[in-house]
Amino acid sequence: MCLGVPGKVIEIHGDIATVDFWGVRREVRLDIVDEPVAPGDYILNHVGFAIRRIPEADIGETLALYEQLIAEAAQDDLMASDVRDEIAGTRERADDRR
Amino acid sequence: MTAGNAADPTRELKFRDPGRARALVQALGRITTDIGRPVSVMHVCGSHEQAIAKYGLRSTFPRTLNVIMGPGCPVCITDTPEVDEGVALARQGVHIATYGDMLRVPGTVMSLADAQTDGAKIHVIYSTDQVVHLARTLQEPLVFFATGFETTAVATAAVVLRGVPDNLSILSAHKYIPPVMEIVAEMPDTKVEGFLAAGHAATITGWGVFEAFVERHRRPVVVAGFEPLDILAGLVRLLELIRDDSPQVANTFPRCVTREGNRRAQDQLWRVFRPVGGRWRGIAHVPNGNLRLRDEWQHLDARRRFAIDLAALWDYAPSGLAQACICGDIMAGLSSPGDCQLFGKECTPEKPVGACMVSSEGTCKIWHQYGGIPDVGALP
Repeated sequence: MCLGVPGKVIEIHGDIATVDFWGVRREVRLDIVDEPVAPGDYILNHVGFAIRRIPEADIGETLALYEQLIAEAAQDDLMASDVRDEIAGTRERADDRR
Repeated sequence: MTAGNAADPTRELKFRDPGRARALVQALGRITTDIGRPVSVMHVCGSHEQAIAKYGLRSTFPRTLNVIMGPGCPVCITDTPEVDEGVALARQGVHIATYGDMLRVPGTVMSLADAQTDGAKIHVIYSTDQVVHLARTLQEPLVFFATGFETTAVATAAVVLRGVPDNLSILSAHKYIPPVMEIVAEMPDTKVEGFLAAGHAATITGWGVFEAFVERHRRPVVVAGFEPLDILAGLVRLLELIRDDSPQVANTFPRCVTREGNRRAQDQLWRVFRPVGGRWRGIAHVPNGNLRLRDEWQHLDARRRFAIDLAALWDYAPSGLAQACICGDIMAGLSSPGDCQLFGKECTPEKPVGACMVSSEGTCKIWHQYGGIPDVGALP
């Protein structure tokens, strides 16, 4: 429930960012993150909110953990399942909902 | 931060680098040898336990190092009477929305999943935004059974501040981690000499929140990330601080955690919630450990809006097996899942008796999935 998941910001409208999680584009709220976020930045998403902008120098290291988790993990792996739940906490994009 | 420690191991970490992992494990061995006696440390995070168990880290620890999982599973420490409130409301016909892990957490006589089987209207959500959306869709009274630590409470606060539909109420069972560390540190039987704090909760609170604790209890706290090497590096730093009798806060997760934390998130958290004392399942009464809605939000408070009929639950007998469950001792770090006579027998992820076997962050479920009793370094 507290793992969070990193994603890349594609575009921003007001308090809502479209974020790419390994090819899945979802909407994430920006009400909580305390730094300016711009397209191209990476954020850490937790239950549908960006809680931190990940400093550029640390992006590679942060993504690597998750990529390994997703690549290796069996369907019932607890960590991979928490990561999937974090992505499920984001919203489908308005475009996709129509 | 520690005198005489020129190289900060976390600064030069190359992740999934076996050489680095070996060096860190060797450092753990050297430092525990320096310490010269068995040493127990506690982490308070289900994701840390997942990584420790998944990557088999305990098999690499020195035999004299005991790494215990404390009350770090937000689902597990949600107290039975809080689950009872959710169950009672559900049985009164109110729609309940909650995070998926909460469904099978036992109440006194039944879980939300049991209530659902009996026809209660339970909705699994993954974010607070989905709760608001659900309320708008349903247009009938909906109670959000809001659980989780400060990281998740902030998400509840954010939607409250933005404004929620009239038919949505909040049953807050949110918990705040820093006060429970005080309780564990003050337990007479505790062997815990230092704490590994969870990276993402500290992203919100900042590592500065632990400074007063260290001052009071003279035990070091190290903030660590979730990568296996992050955890090893955090343990190396923690053991150095124990060896050097240098209680202080150290941050080995600087890519996510600062001293002051996320001020904007803290501001939202404390505008919506106030800390009150309350029980954590199996642990104790934790002063300031529960987050309740502030008075200005009482119009959203399910406890004020509904007459919650707990008495209706007492017609059912509690499970006899539950009496034998030792979740409380496990979450206080006094016992391991292997000490429980039910573990893996009467109590399994498919048919959990205690809360620790329910959540993906519960110690028992993690040990069950990743292999029995991996704690080869456990103390006698």
